[in-house]
Parts: sequence; structure tokens; C-alpha cells
Amino acid sequence: MIGGLFIYNHKGEVLISRVYRDDIGRNAVDAFRVNVIHARQQVRSPVTNIARTSFFHVKRSNIWLAAVTKQNVNAAMVFEFLYKMCDVMTAYFGKISEENIKNNFVLIYELLDEILDFGYPQNSETGALKTFITQQGIKSQTKEEQSQITSQVTGQIGWRREGIKYRRNELFLDVLESVNLLMSPQGQVLSAHVSGRVVMKSYLSGMPECKFGMNDKIVIDKQGKGGTTDDAGKSELGGSSGKQSIAIDDCTFHQCVRLSKFDSERSISFIPPDGEYELMRYRTTKDIILPFRVIPLVREVGRTKLEVKVVIKSNFKPSLLAQKIEVRIPTPLNTSGVQVICMKGKAKYKASENAIVWKIKRMAGMKESQISAEIELLPTNDKKKWARPPISMNFEVPFAPSGLKVRYLKVFEPKLNYSDHDVIKWVRYIGRSGIYETRC
Amino acid sequence: MEWASQLCENRGLGSKMTDSKYFTTTKKGEIFELKAELNSDKKEKKKEAVKKVIASMTVGKDVSALFPDVVNCMQTDNLELKKLVYLYLMNYAKSQPDMAIMAVNTFVKDCEDPNPLIRALAVRTMGCIRVDKITEYLCEPLRKCLKDEDPYVRKTAAVCVAKLHDINAQLVEDQGFLDTLKDLISDSNPMVVANAVAALSEIAESHPNSNLLDLNPQTINKLLTALNECTEWGQIFILDCLANYTPRDDRESQSICERVTPRLSHANSAVVLSAVKVLMKFMEMLPKDLDYYGTLLKKLAPPLVTLLSAEPELQYVALRNINLIVQKRPEILKHEMKVFFVKYNDPIYVKLEKLDIMIRLASQANIAQVLAELKEYATEVDVDFVRKAVRAIGRCAIKVEQSAERCVSTLLDLIQTKVNYVVQEAIVVIKDIFRKYPNKYESVIATLCENLDSLDEPEARAAMIWIVGEYAERIDNADELLESFLEGFHDESTQVQLQLLTAIVKLFLKKPTETQELVQQVLSLATQDSDNPDLRDRGYIYWRLLSTDPVAAKEVVLAEKPLISEETDLIEPTLLEELICHIGTLASVYHKPPSAFVEGSRGVQHKRLPARAGSGESTESPDVGQSVSGVSDAPPAVIPSQGDLLGDLLNLDLAPPTTTVPPVPSSMQMGAMDLLGGGLDSLSGSHYRTEVPSPQPADFSERELGGDLGGSPAMGVGVGVGVGVGVGLGPAPVGMPAGLGAAPAVGGGLGDLFDLGGGVGMTSGSYSPPRVVWLQAMKAKGLEISGTFARRGGVIQMDVSLTNKAMSVMSDFAVQFNKNSFGMAPAGPLQVLTPLGPNQTVEVSLPLSSTGPVMKMEPLNNLQVAVKNNIDVFYFSCQYPISLLFVEDGKMDRQVFLATWKDIPSDNEAQFQIKDCHLSSDAASNKLQGSNIFTVAKRTVEAQDMLYQSIKLTNGIWVLAELRIQTGNPNYTLSVKCRAPEVSQYVSQCYELILKN
Repeated sequence: MIGGLFIYNHKGEVLISRVYRDDIGRNAVDAFRVNVIHARQQVRSPVTNIARTSFFHVKRSNIWLAAVTKQNVNAAMVFEFLYKMCDVMTAYFGKISEENIKNNFVLIYELLDEILDFGYPQNSETGALKTFITQQGIKSQTKEEQSQITSQVTGQIGWRREGIKYRRNELFLDVLESVNLLMSPQGQVLSAHVSGRVVMKSYLSGMPECKFGMNDKIVIDKQGKGGTTDDAGKSELGGSSGKQSIAIDDCTFHQCVRLSKFDSERSISFIPPDGEYELMRYRTTKDIILPFRVIPLVREVGRTKLEVKVVIKSNFKPSLLAQKIEVRIPTPLNTSGVQVICMKGKAKYKASENAIVWKIKRMAGMKESQISAEIELLPTNDKKKWARPPISMNFEVPFAPSGLKVRYLKVFEPKLNYSDHDVIKWVRYIGRSGIYETRC
Repeated sequence: MEWASQLCENRGLGSKMTDSKYFTTTKKGEIFELKAELNSDKKEKKKEAVKKVIASMTVGKDVSALFPDVVNCMQTDNLELKKLVYLYLMNYAKSQPDMAIMAVNTFVKDCEDPNPLIRALAVRTMGCIRVDKITEYLCEPLRKCLKDEDPYVRKTAAVCVAKLHDINAQLVEDQGFLDTLKDLISDSNPMVVANAVAALSEIAESHPNSNLLDLNPQTINKLLTALNECTEWGQIFILDCLANYTPRDDRESQSICERVTPRLSHANSAVVLSAVKVLMKFMEMLPKDLDYYGTLLKKLAPPLVTLLSAEPELQYVALRNINLIVQKRPEILKHEMKVFFVKYNDPIYVKLEKLDIMIRLASQANIAQVLAELKEYATEVDVDFVRKAVRAIGRCAIKVEQSAERCVSTLLDLIQTKVNYVVQEAIVVIKDIFRKYPNKYESVIATLCENLDSLDEPEARAAMIWIVGEYAERIDNADELLESFLEGFHDESTQVQLQLLTAIVKLFLKKPTETQELVQQVLSLATQDSDNPDLRDRGYIYWRLLSTDPVAAKEVVLAEKPLISEETDLIEPTLLEELICHIGTLASVYHKPPSAFVEGSRGVQHKRLPARAGSGESTESPDVGQSVSGVSDAPPAVIPSQGDLLGDLLNLDLAPPTTTVPPVPSSMQMGAMDLLGGGLDSLSGSHYRTEVPSPQPADFSERELGGDLGGSPAMGVGVGVGVGVGVGLGPAPVGMPAGLGAAPAVGGGLGDLFDLGGGVGMTSGSYSPPRVVWLQAMKAKGLEISGTFARRGGVIQMDVSLTNKAMSVMSDFAVQFNKNSFGMAPAGPLQVLTPLGPNQTVEVSLPLSSTGPVMKMEPLNNLQVAVKNNIDVFYFSCQYPISLLFVEDGKMDRQVFLATWKDIPSDNEAQFQIKDCHLSSDAASNKLQGSNIFTVAKRTVEAQDMLYQSIKLTNGIWVLAELRIQTGNPNYTLSVKCRAPEVSQYVSQCYELILKN
């Protein structure tokens, strides 16, 4: 298991050092600094073995988190733990920075003592941790409170405490999708997928039992065949759309979701944590609506000039508006000057980023726009050809490119006197560009 | 996020904002000041002082001098302060054991505290203090805490047992904590169960043979129930523990799989990977024809793909594991090529791993896409990545024949870029392409030669020199090129020197007139001016060979090379199996067994995949059971591994055999070993003349050594040298084909050892058909020709009897063959020395070579012969058994066999029945081996023996066969797989003939 955990600043100075196992000595702290942080080369692997000691590291801005071990540990678990550690710290004190870590080092030690015992990760849900790691001392608690804490930390529903009360029961559901594309210069889709997240903010009293439904192809087909349509709440939240159902390649759930139930019935039921959390992640690859198409044209005129023309076409309902559109056209390293003309928005050559950045605030569906640029190059005798990085694009659209629709989210709280209809529900769809690239 | 930042602000307003100041106090006399503060009456001041101490400790300052003062602060109501003091204690108790005792009282008292959080804190901290005196005091509180009413205390106590065991294992056993821990597996609280499982697994690891984790269906059921309820981390502990269990039968295995599959949808990647591990392992036990087996396979792909959208570090772990999974079960991800396409912004470690998997998944179906991608990658910035991409293009060419042409032209495009490392890498792979597809792409040599000057890496130089030597006859200025390398001979690396030596000898053999000087120069450089024994030996061998018998030298040095295999960098199967059992862990990231990087007893035990159902009961202890079944019973893979045990032993210090072309040094090594073996052979009698190698001790040793080092078909050079020794030292006949002496070493592998052991005194000679009359006297003006074919000592011979039934004397005999399917041609004249008088018969053995012109005949084994004498020319045709063409080095490496079998499309498989055959499988195997049909592996399932056999034809075609023999059933089933399916029926005829003779 994890033998020790260190946090360094960008210079390699130790900010936090917690050793869990006797086989990890103080020299391990230095070994990582010398061999990884101060190494001249780019990091070639997130796992490094130095003198039979393995180091796992992740970086958050300029802070290094390293877990150390001498055993054959579960590597995936160590990384998951490091990410979780970052989440917990962020939830407690905001951004992970040297300043914040130094300011909260006592808290961090307390957390590390709690969430990692002898190198074994323990309950690391912030909701539960915040009930008893408060930096205030806990002497004041009553006996009932204490046992409530311990049963929550160790219990089946470690992510939610009992006795939550709200005057207004409300929940917000965000379907956030990032659409990824790799297109060949000829406009052939090399790969495209949507990775989506359903993020929920719940402000519900008691221990509510929730059931979430979407236009999952498997469920819809099953219902269609069986004829026993469970249409309570159908199209209650989502509007009707052209596409009936979508094929989800794979999905993963927050630990509150009963996986065995999903596996057998494909229904998503759970008792939600309080506040904001990620209910599920999913991935689709079929029938993706690609909101934009980029058509590049690069022409080399002699050795000292490049002509670039890029057309973008929006491909969604004309009534919808895309926002924060940004097209990034890479330029060679030996660029000396650029002249740009664009029909819409603003375009600028940014020498420090080796790119022309073209920004458009808003663009409706089924429109097209164009930019042309003349790039002047300094003559070089560098034999190596310019690698022509792909043209990338950023945007935000108010729909889900996968076609996912929320069909219902039902809330039952048998003990308290509010029903599903009393809960105010909000649903929002946001599609963003992930890695949206067209080769040129 | 909003509330988080708000929280941050709130904290900022409070006292916390100033915590960072503790890091900055570096005045002199600091310790003294701290001491005063620690002893202050004011609580706040005390706390501040302890914080300063901890901050100093963190940055590595020695504050152990403050030990008594800090411990004095322990008695406090303030939990925050208490935790800080505990932290200090854990760090320094070991260096101040006597003073640490001072803390014991407080611990013991805290273990009785009404607040469960404080009880747990005390027992948790106490376990971390590695001082004997304290551990003695720990036992009683720990015992109480293990039975505490509060689950939080129990789950902490469970881990504490593991801590205590790490300090004093004996104490834990004596105190009976292990039993209490086992009881906790049945605890009502899932987190207690998970921690108990984690603690027990760890303790069990250091006692490999203890029956500590007594996994039986009841406990498994408990674990599976807890699995649904505990935290994500607990699920990982439980799944990792489950993976060590061996289900009793396929039904149990299936029911566990069914309950584990829902975990594949967990958000935590580690849960997913551990679930994959359990499924991959238990799947081994499921019968392949089961519906559920197929369903399970389908369920595995999506979660694996999803792992690739995790953070890059996890992607890396996932990709390393996918690399293993793809090797073990390629069918799972065969349609998912696209997700492995490299993204521009991927970190380099992710890019390199993706590339590796892309090559493994490349097939005829997706090759166009893959190539387009690879070409794109070859223009990127990172040197390692570009090199790997170029190498990948070469590997695609070798793997997918249809794409070879496109790959070569892509490589040529890349060479045109003149980017130094791209050119070098391209040349290295083109060499392999030449090997794979001889006489096809040599037209590009000119382009390659243009780049001679830019090559500065040994591997590229060696590859280029090999090409020049191999195709010396087509390169006009080959001598100049090689001479230019010779100038700096001593500055070259050994790899280049060896290659240069061989290349110049080849050149000399091809163009002897112009290059005599050059060859002398290189031989003297190698033998007289070099300190390198390998180089010197090779030099001497060539020298002697050339001076004794240039014809033999030609046969040896320019011998035909065996084809190179398609799959490269495969992990050796036993290691792969072990790594599959370690999915998700560091071992699977490093692709090394835990014993390679873990110290001490932990992880030394090798894990094995369970055997498929019906292969015998495993014993109580899962580990023992697994290893026993792994060795003695039929293991799960298609190819059984009788050699596993030995294989493991050898793997300890030898690299696992790779199926790639062995680099030059290793083939040299092999040559060197052959030198020994060959020498012994010629001392122990003329082994070359016996038809089948006799199992003499010397022979035995040769096989062993050759097999271990080579393992896979060696390059021409190594083989050539091996025979060369035989020629040089022993009285072997002139013109002996190269394949002969070297054959046992080339086929290689431990399998040979086993075959020998089983085959002592039972081997029989190669099959020879009965003599038939080919040409009747009345049709040939009195000349009657009858005959047969035989393969003796690696030489195909046509045994002809010529009878003169005419009245006049016949003389001036000569023979010629028409072009035929396998290029058979007379290797010498028809030796009828004296004229043949009336009614006289002469027996002649005509040696045949298989390097003549080729034309497909119908039937395939038809041979048209013309015989001439002083009277006329006569024509006849005859058919030869195809077994004549089975060469002696036709034993395929087991791993290569497996890969090839999979690789040949199933359309090419043909099935035949061999009726009325009453041999046992061993006898059949021996009989077939006499005719160079080699049993690569044998597997027994339900009284049915399956022999996996390989055959190599003289023209390099491999034929793979599976022979099923059921005890008591005289009808055998033969399945033949070959890239040239038209051969199959002739092969089956041979089987029938051989087995029935």
C-alpha cells in the first residue's frame, strides 16, 4: 500500500510529508526531488522507479503530489486516491497552491491522517469528512452526534448525513458534454466521440430516493417491446426532440448509484449526496451532432509565404446560438508577419503562441464564416519540415451534441411530507468543445 | 465551487491565514524559543508552538530535542492539538523510545474515551509507533477496539492488526488477533469487512503458505455482499482479494463474474480495473462455447475504452494494462482501434503506449487508417515518438502483407525528409521488410544508399551494411560502400563490426575477383587487431571456411534465411499469465513480475491463471492449487505448457524468447554456442550422416544450448556459422545444405528436450514411398526406369534404377526436370559411370535441390522428367510425396506457432479424416517426427490427445496442423492450416502414408 505521501512546490521544497510505512525513509523525499522534479528532461512517465521505490505523481498547477511505495500496490487506486486528495483539498480551501497549502498544513495533516490509514484509503467523501474534520475541535458534540458521524463515515451511505432540512426542495441538473473530433483535411471524420457528465446540485430534505431516466436506447427499446411503458414523468423535463433515443457506449456512476440495479434493470436509482456532485459520466460515439465543421486550405507559396483560408460552418438549428467560438490556426515557428481578414469576429496573430486566434462571440446555426490569412516566413535552413499541428476549435452550444435528453428525475422521500411534485427541478444542456481538431 | 471559494474567504478572515508563517521562522536559537513556548501556560501559545514544530519537521529540520516538551502537551481536550502531538510522536518515537513510554498512559486512557473518534484516533496512532514497549501496551486496547460497538473504531482496529503484524508478527499470532480479524469478515458493517480483508490480504502475502485468507464459497458470498455496499476503496480491496480465489468449477466462476460485472460501471477507474482483473481471471474457467462467455467478452470492451477518458496518469495505467489484455484476448478490443489514435495534446507517455496498442490491433481491416495515422505521427516533434511511429510502419508491413507496398512507399517518403533519425529508423525497418518479402522491394536500395553518410547510429549502420552485403550483386559499387565503412573499423560498435565482416564475406563470395583484397583486409582486422572474442571467432571461422572449401562457404554464408515472424514484442506467455493476475497493480504497469521490484518475501509467489474446468480438483489453498494445476494439468491456452516449470526456471536469468529477428550479437552468441555443440558432435561421431539425430549426450547439450539462446528462428549468419564449424572441423561432405547441422538448434526451444526425452529409441526414419515403375521399357526403346524418393539427412534424393532391356549398350545418361511446383532440380549429374550392358541394372541416387525454377503443376506434386541416353530422349512424369519437402528445422517455437495459428484465417483451415490407424499419440508423434513433422505441443482433454504440429517446406511455407487422437478410436482427425491452402490435401496424404507405414 501507499508508504508515504509528499507535496512539493515547484522548486522541489517539501510542503507536506507524511510517511505511513516503515520501509519509506526520509531519503525518499529527496530521491523524488532529484530524479523527477529537478530532472532536466520532460516527464516520461507518471510512475517512476528509483532504487526499488516507486513514485506516483500528479501535478496541480505548479504543485507536485507524490505517493511513494515499495510494494506491488494497485497503481490505478493510487492515482485515483491522489485525484481524490486534490478534490478534498479543493473542497476545504479552494485552489491548490503553495500559499493555500502552507496556510492549511495542519488541516492537511489531519485529513491525511483520516483518509489514509497505514496507506489504505478510507472514506474520502468531503460531505462526510466535513462533519468531523473542522479544525474546530469536536469536544462539544453530543453522544448522538458522534455516533451519527461514525455511522456515516463507515456506513452504507457514507456520502450523505441524516437530518438535512430545506425549506424549498430544489434540484439542478446540468448535462455537460464535451464533443471531441479529429477530422482529416479532406473532411473525413477520423474519430469523434462525446464524453458527457450529468452534474447534479441537490437541495433536498431527508434521505430522498431518486430515480433518473434518459433517452437511453436500450431502455426505450425495451419499453417499446414490452408495451409496459413507464410513462410517469415522461417528457416531464426534457422537450421532445428529433432523435428518439441514443446509444450510450458506456457509462460510469457516482458511488451513490446502485450498480447492481443498473446492471440488471438499467435503471439509475440512488440517494444523492447533498450539494453538488457528478452523478454520471457517459460516452457516445454514434450519431453525434458535430456543431461545427472546419474547412482548412493551406497553400505554400514559395519558401517564404503561406496562404491560409479557413471556413467554419455551424450545423445546428438556426434558432440556437453558439457562444465563445474560438478558432486557433497554428503558424510555423519562423513566421515573421501575418495579415488576416475575417468576415466575422476578431482575429489576431499571437506570436507567443505561434497561432492565429480567431474569436467570434456568437453564431447562429446553419451559418458560415471565413477567415483568410497570409503568413510570411523567414527563410531558414532548418531541414525539418513544419509539423503542421491541427487547427483546433473551442465553442459552447446550448444543446447536447450526443442527443441525450433527460426524461425524468423522480424524488421519493417516504418519511417527510413532500412529494415529487413539490420539488423544483431545473435542467440545462451545455455542449462544449473538447479536443475539436481538424488536420490541415 | 462558489461555496468553496466562500469557505476559503471565511478561513482567510480567521486565524488560519497566518499558518504559513510557521514555515518562515529560521532564526538561531529557535529550538530554545520553541521550548519556552511549548511550556507556556497559555493554550493558544502552546498550540502555536506545536504547529511551528510540525512545520520544521516537515521541511526536514531535526526537532527531536523537543520530545519531552511536545509530549507534555498531549494531555489536552483540544483535539486539533492532540492530533498534532500524535503526528510528532509517530515521527520521533523511534528515535526516543524511552521517552515515548511517557505517552503510553494517555493512549491507554484515550482508548477508553466515550467519543469513538478519540478511541479510534488513539488506536490508530498507537499502531504507528514502532517501539516495542509501546506495542506491548497496545495489545489490550486493540483487543477491546476490535470488538468495539462502534464500526468506526472496529474498522480502524482492523488496520491496526496489520500495523502490529508489520512490527511484530509473532505477537499478533500469539495474541490471537488473526482469528478476531477473520471474524470481522462477517461483520455487519461493509467498511469493517473491507478493511479486515485488506489487512488479512497483506498479512497473508508475507505468509505465502498460511491458510490465512481461507476463501470458501461462504466467505466469498459475504465479500460479494459487502462489495455492493462499501466505499469505492473498500470495493478495490475486496476485488483484489477475490482475484486470489480459485472457484471450484465453471458454474461458481460464472456466478461470481455475474456479481462482479456491475462494478465495470463504477466512476472509480481502480474499481473498474480490479473488476476487469477478476473477470479476466475467472473467464479462463468458463467453457468457450458458453453464451455467457461471449456476453462477458462484449461487456469488457466499453469500460476499457472509457478508462481512456480519465486523467492522463490513469490513462497511462489503463493503457499498460490494455496492452496485456490485448495480448491475452485480442478479440475484446479488435474493433476499437480508433480510440487509440493519438491526440496532439496527449502527454508523451500516453502517446507511446497508444502507439504500441495500435500496432497490436492492426489488421487487414483497419490497416489503411492505421497507416494514415502513423504517417501523421512521423512528422511530430518528439524524437522517441517519431522513431516509434516509423518503426510501427515497418511492423505493419510485416504484419499485414497487403499493406507492405504502401508501407514501403510511406517509408521512402519519410526517408526523403532527410530528418536524420527518421532516415535511420526507416532503414532499420526496411531491412526487416526485405527479410520478410525477399525479392520484392529491392528496387529501393538505391535510395537507401544515398543516405549512407547520415547514418550515425550503430543499429542503422548495421542494418545498412546487412542490406549492402545481402544484395551485393545488385549494387554496383558495393565494394566501395563497404570499404568506406572499413576505414573506421575499430571505432565502430561490435554490432557494426560483426555485420561488416559478414557483409564483406558475402560480397567476396558473390564477386570474388574484385574483392579479394577487401576480404583479406577485413579478416585480418577482425582476427588480428580486435580484442573482441566474438568478432575474432567469427573472423577465424570465415577464414578457415574460405580457405578450405569456398563452395561450402557459399552454401553456408549465403544460405537461405528462415522467414521472420510477424508478431513482435509479445510478452512470454507464462509472464503474461502472471501479469494478467496483477492487472491494475504496479506489476502490470512495469510489465514485470512483482518479484522484480519488490523486496523481501512479499510478492515473490507467482500467480497463475486458473485452469479451465474439468482439469482436476485444486487443493484447499488457492495458491498451491493454482501452481499445481498450472504445471501438471492442461493449462488454459491452446498450447499446453509442459515446459512451464522449466520455462520459469530459465526465465529467471534469461530474457524471455522474443519472436523478433534476433539482433546480430545474439545470433553471434548462438553461433558461438553452436561452435561448441558442433565440435562435440563431430567428436562423438558423425551425427550428420544419421537420418534422425540420435539422442547422444553431446547432441543433447547442443540442443539445450542452442535452444535456450536462440529460441526463435535465427538469422542466416548464426546458422551459417554453426554449420561452418562442422565443415571446418569434421569430415562432413562437401555441399551439405546449410539447414542440416543447424536444424536442431534453429527449431530450438525446450520442447526439443522433451521430445528427446520421450523419443529415445523410438524414432523412425523418414517416410519413403515404395518403388514404382516410371517408364516402361517398351515405351523407351528398352530403357526401364523405376524408382522412389527419399529424404536422407536433409537431402532429397531420387533413387532410380535404370534397367537396360534392349540388346545394345546404353551410355551417356543425363537427366533434366521440367519446372515444377517446388523448384526441384537435380543437384548433380546422373552418375552412371560405366555403360549399361543388356539386362543390366544400375541403381543411382540423384540428389535433388529445391532451388530450381518454379511453376505450379497439377497435381501439385507432379514432376516431369526427361532422361537422355545415347539412343534418345525419354519423358515421363511421376509424383513425389510432399513429405520430401519437409525440412529439418520445421519445428516452430511454441509461441510463434500460437501467433501464426491465430493469424492464418480460418478459411484456410482444412479438415481430414485418417482412418484405421492404431498408433498411440506418442508413437504417432515419433513416427511423424521421422518425416520432419514436428510436434510443437501436446494437450490432453477428456481422453483425447491433441498434437499441435508444424512443418516447414523447402520453399519456406509453414504448415500448421492439429492432430486429434481419441483413445480407442482408430480414426484421427487432422486439421491443417497453411497460408497456401492448396498444400493441405497433399500434407494430409502424407500423414496417412507416414502413419500407416
